[in-house]
Amino acid sequence: MPGKLKVKIVAGRHLPVMDRASDLTDAFVEVKFGNTTFKTDVYHKSLNPQWNSEWFKFEVDDEDLQDEPLQITVLDHDTYSANDAIGKVYIDIDPLLYSEAATVISGWFPIYDTIHGIRGEINVVVKVDLFNDLNRFRQSSCGVKFFCTTSIPKCYRAVIIHGFVEELVVNEDPEYQWIDRIRTPRASNEARQRLISLMSGELQRKIGLKVLEMRGNAVVGYLQCFDLEGESGLVVRAIGTACTLDKLSSTAAFLPACNSPSKEMKESPLVHPPSHGCRSTHNSPIHTATGSRLTQNFSVSVPTLIYTGMGSGSAGKEGGPFKALLRQQTQSALEQREFPFFTLTAFPPGFLVHVGGVVSARSVKLLDRIHNPDEPETRDAWWAEIRQEIKSHAKALGCHAVVGYSESTSICEEVCILSASGTAAVLNPRFLQDGTVEGCLEQRLEENLPAGCGFCHIPYDELNMPFPAHLTYCYSCRKQKVPDVLFTTIDLPADATVIGKGCLIQARLCRLKKKAQAEANATAISNLLPFMEYEVHTQLMNKLKLKGMNALFGLRIQITVGENMLMGLASATGVYLTALPTPGGIQIAGKTPNDGSYEQHISHMQKKINDTIAKNKELYEINPPEIPEEIIGSPIPEPRQRSRLLRSQSESSDEVIELDLSHGKKDAFVLEIDDTDAMEDVHSLLTDVPPPSGFYSCNTEIMPGINNWTSEIQMFTSVRVSRLSNINLTNQTLNKNFNDLCENLLKSLYFKLRSMIPCCLCHVNFTVSLPEDELIQVTVTAVAITFDKHQAVQTTKTQVEKSSQRASIDNEELLQFPLELCTDTLASHPFSSAKEHLESTSSNSGIPAAQRDRCNSWIELIKLKAQTIRRGSIKTTMPVEKASPLTEGHFRQRSAPACANSTVGVVKMTPLSFIPGAKITKYLGIINMFFIRETTSLREEGGVSGFLHAFIAEVFAMVRAHVAALGGNAVVSYIMKQCVFMENPNKNQAQCLINVSGDAVIFVRESELEIISTQQPIASCQPACSGGEIAT
Amino acid sequence: MTNELDIFVGNTTLIDEDVYRLWLDGYSVSDAVGLRVRSGILEQTGATAGVLQSDTMDHYRTFHMLERLLHTPPKLLHQLVFQIPPSRQALLIERYYAFDEAFVREVLGKKLSKGTKKDLDNISAKTGVTLKSCRRQFDNFKRVFKVVEEMRGSLAGNIQQHFLLSDRLARDYAAVVFFANNRFETGKKKLQYLTFGDLAFCAELMIQNWTPGAVADSQLDDMDVDLDKEFLQDLKELKVLVADKDLLDLHKSLVCTALRGKLSVFAEMEANFKNLSRGLVNIASKLTHTKDVRDLFVDLVEKFIEPCRSDRWPLNDVRLFLNQYSASVHSLDGFRHQTLWDRYMVTLRSCLLRMYHD
Repeated sequence: MPGKLKVKIVAGRHLPVMDRASDLTDAFVEVKFGNTTFKTDVYHKSLNPQWNSEWFKFEVDDEDLQDEPLQITVLDHDTYSANDAIGKVYIDIDPLLYSEAATVISGWFPIYDTIHGIRGEINVVVKVDLFNDLNRFRQSSCGVKFFCTTSIPKCYRAVIIHGFVEELVVNEDPEYQWIDRIRTPRASNEARQRLISLMSGELQRKIGLKVLEMRGNAVVGYLQCFDLEGESGLVVRAIGTACTLDKLSSTAAFLPACNSPSKEMKESPLVHPPSHGCRSTHNSPIHTATGSRLTQNFSVSVPTLIYTGMGSGSAGKEGGPFKALLRQQTQSALEQREFPFFTLTAFPPGFLVHVGGVVSARSVKLLDRIHNPDEPETRDAWWAEIRQEIKSHAKALGCHAVVGYSESTSICEEVCILSASGTAAVLNPRFLQDGTVEGCLEQRLEENLPAGCGFCHIPYDELNMPFPAHLTYCYSCRKQKVPDVLFTTIDLPADATVIGKGCLIQARLCRLKKKAQAEANATAISNLLPFMEYEVHTQLMNKLKLKGMNALFGLRIQITVGENMLMGLASATGVYLTALPTPGGIQIAGKTPNDGSYEQHISHMQKKINDTIAKNKELYEINPPEIPEEIIGSPIPEPRQRSRLLRSQSESSDEVIELDLSHGKKDAFVLEIDDTDAMEDVHSLLTDVPPPSGFYSCNTEIMPGINNWTSEIQMFTSVRVSRLSNINLTNQTLNKNFNDLCENLLKSLYFKLRSMIPCCLCHVNFTVSLPEDELIQVTVTAVAITFDKHQAVQTTKTQVEKSSQRASIDNEELLQFPLELCTDTLASHPFSSAKEHLESTSSNSGIPAAQRDRCNSWIELIKLKAQTIRRGSIKTTMPVEKASPLTEGHFRQRSAPACANSTVGVVKMTPLSFIPGAKITKYLGIINMFFIRETTSLREEGGVSGFLHAFIAEVFAMVRAHVAALGGNAVVSYIMKQCVFMENPNKNQAQCLINVSGDAVIFVRESELEIISTQQPIASCQPACSGGEIAT
Repeated sequence: MTNELDIFVGNTTLIDEDVYRLWLDGYSVSDAVGLRVRSGILEQTGATAGVLQSDTMDHYRTFHMLERLLHTPPKLLHQLVFQIPPSRQALLIERYYAFDEAFVREVLGKKLSKGTKKDLDNISAKTGVTLKSCRRQFDNFKRVFKVVEEMRGSLAGNIQQHFLLSDRLARDYAAVVFFANNRFETGKKKLQYLTFGDLAFCAELMIQNWTPGAVADSQLDDMDVDLDKEFLQDLKELKVLVADKDLLDLHKSLVCTALRGKLSVFAEMEANFKNLSRGLVNIASKLTHTKDVRDLFVDLVEKFIEPCRSDRWPLNDVRLFLNQYSASVHSLDGFRHQTLWDRYMVTLRSCLLRMYHD
């Protein structure tokens, strides 16, 4: 299906000086799409050229429209020698291909050069006419909407959630082709940028086709990643969740209460008030399985883990049959799918029935050259293997589905660790297929599944548990069994009831490894992995106990491989779920109880730990109601027992090795100090300092226990690279170094953002990489959101109230806070007197009041005034006493050209799927950008810090410019997926690759929304907030 | 373990006003960290010195990147790399262009040339303003000067339009540019008591009334930076007020009659009238010479302010005298240059009153 792409080059500004002689530039523009190129005229001798070109028209297939980026190159014309490139702009035109998104891309784009960075801006207008609207969905996948957001986007309703879609494409990396030896770094970087842009276009189109096959119309939770495999090639892979989405009617979308797409669904019944529960118990079973297979390429699959709470089962007396029926249905719905996986982390109410626990699988592979890029079978097979494993783990937990699913890789030389993880769950079939099968069942189910605790109930049969576990009756409903601890990779469900606030919990770990080659290396790594998994798990558990909490959400474990070490970093948000039992404390036991001083030391430590727990409970406001002991399932405390690590010696490839990470059944969590390692563990437990008062942090979308967000947000990326002193590197010193690095980074963040207190760091996302032998790189992206300390909204227990609250809280409080970046602190403005003066001036001088109101900034006022002055009265020689020399009377008449008054519109960026205090009214399309920056004058650019600081700032700027050009004013679900930094200080060189993505949206402040909706219904909201300056 | 790389980039660029001030004041990172530690910030926030060091470095790096844009403030508004709220942009610009009183008094009226720039280390030593800060302030003066030097129209207006400064600051810069262009001597010891405010006030009045732009219809060469040559030439005509003995006596008697009993220093005034009048009129008639223009302030102090001060005239008496002195000229029938006289005297009177203090 062909389409017509139309491009107009309007103007440039702030171009660099290309001709030293004249200090000016003779710029022209090449516009390229596919194999067609157009050129503008040369605009001589200007740094602000006005090309005002005709419309360049490309007639192309829509397949190309999806794959190809529009490539705009700005050049300096040179009569005698080759024209010099100033820089390029790549524009992804995908957002123009579906009807509801953007209709035009128009605005100022930074002109980017991989060697010099941003060099001025260019104003471009892009439009697409698709022929034959009716049938365009068939041949290509134009029209399938993509969302990075891992929940159902705010102005849509999920009709059906179809399930997992995945695809990968491979190619040779241009950087490693023979031609790279003879071309310039710039050419090489550009080839790479272009290739990746092409590959992601192709990938997106292919995924789109799969979605259409499934009869869906959108991909939610779209996650695309690059594997830079070096010599062996370049892999671009993506996963997502296919859905059929319905746009909510605009009137509904404008109701502030309608924050979730669940409005028209039946609300779940009230949560039962917390009933009296049983005593605390404890255990943490881990189901592991491993197989090692030697395929044609070397591959080791390492023990994989299932972190759970416990299995349940007997499902309550009356609930039983329905549950069985439900299971049957879900099963049938899901079994049609190869992989019943969902990349979503938040769900429509009622979707998630039970949560089993975290399932994860890792596999170590040796990379070899991809022989045939068109048949990326090996890579496909690798991932299929891992997914199969995940699926079987989920089954073992009595779950048919995996939610909050994600995949990642870590590559070092030719070794690659593939990882996948998710949360085993039982889902409500209602969303999974069409039809009205459920009817009465649905109703009965909802009666039986109290909303606040249902998801905690164990999904499988108590009598047939896959591992030793300990269960109690649910503390909320008292009817069903729950585990004592629950680990998940998803966000806290909206209807979950928690006590107190949550907090960020991290487990950090390093393991030295001998340098080795190929298979020996892979074997060494795969041998280390289970121990790392075990320790990460233990650390998480200890820290969770120390916080007095009983569940982890958003768990993400990253294992990074380097030349001589492995790093593990797990982040999650701890909370206290009311449905789960109160966690026991941590008990320390010494190995040699006879030694008196040792005993004393132990008891001292014990006291410190107890104090910390008490302090944490206070800090996070965890004060569960005292519950008289009951005799439901109270376990008999067993003697403390160090967890066992069982490994069979079997060489057989198919044999499953049990790695039992359970800590047995015990009343309190016991840490046995039997060697220095354990001592270290205890110490490191206590070294984690809580954030300063007024700060909270979490890695989930929203902070459990805080719901009164105000509108100020600050997204940031922070990068640190640390060099290890390589003398006496031991696991302990390494651990300590790594721990310090992360803790110091957090401390710096708290310090930097102190002006926002009280605030919460949300979606804190740590990434670790090991770029070189002694270098550790930690990258953090997060958003700080302010909240109102004094107007804490009463936590209510009903879901109905809760959901309406979530939407309206900000609404009520918004007016007391700066609504916009630009209007804030006018009162306390250093020039407020000047401003008043200006205002009085301008009111005298005939600037219409409306115009003055529109000046939202002081600078604009100045400009306005400057213009007014020129229109003002004639300067006279009146005696000065009669009028101060400042008043307008003394400025003479002059008609100066009005200065262009286009201040840059504000574009917000956030890793979250929402913007506090605002309503997303439109999704404009996915932003997926890849940049390379290289320098050969590292010192001159301020060293590595200066280089990367500038580059990240530039990446933000380019993302904002693209969003603004689409007519948007924010990016949500923003993520920096890759930040690969390499340096060679001796050669004064550095290179960095960054890949970012997110959803471009238009949002409207809820306060504005009300005004708008009373005046004019829908259309007028857009200009009020659009950040994009449309060229005139 | 050392941090090789340590950066923080916000979607909205974080600006710490305190660190900005330290940076503007020319402190090195380590000095700035030291000063911040002494401010007690560690105790307030519970941060460590390492955190402070990293934070300061980060801000310095940001300011360094912003500096290029601050040289042409409109660029700061249009650039896309740093997302800064307009109020913050205004603050960045205003503070960057702000200058120290001590520094400006040293440079005011000097040629903004390389020679003066070489002298900055002496100025730095004398004023206690760091050399780095001196350089920034000097470069700001020079940059503003270069941009508006040849420009038509209101000087302060031009500065405000091209540098987006606040009203107050733009007017201060207009004074700096005006002084630099006319090279008024302000460094003499007897002028030391004058503040920048005094001089800026005078500059403003002169720009208002003594430049070609002051005459509404002379649009063609509407320049604010130079004094009106024609006007200076005409001022020679005033000489008749002191050269013609009858006119001088008549003038004196008019003033004395009007002020009798109203001045506490009447006798001194009467005795000094001719000297003072000669002083003021001679200053006017000599302004065609560049040298005398440069010495305008020295002359005003020597010829008028010092004599009055030595006789301990109260400020109010000076005001009454000057009012009467300029008004009485209108009653001198033989004198034809009333408009000229007013253009000269109105400005001069205000300047003298402003300058008349200890």
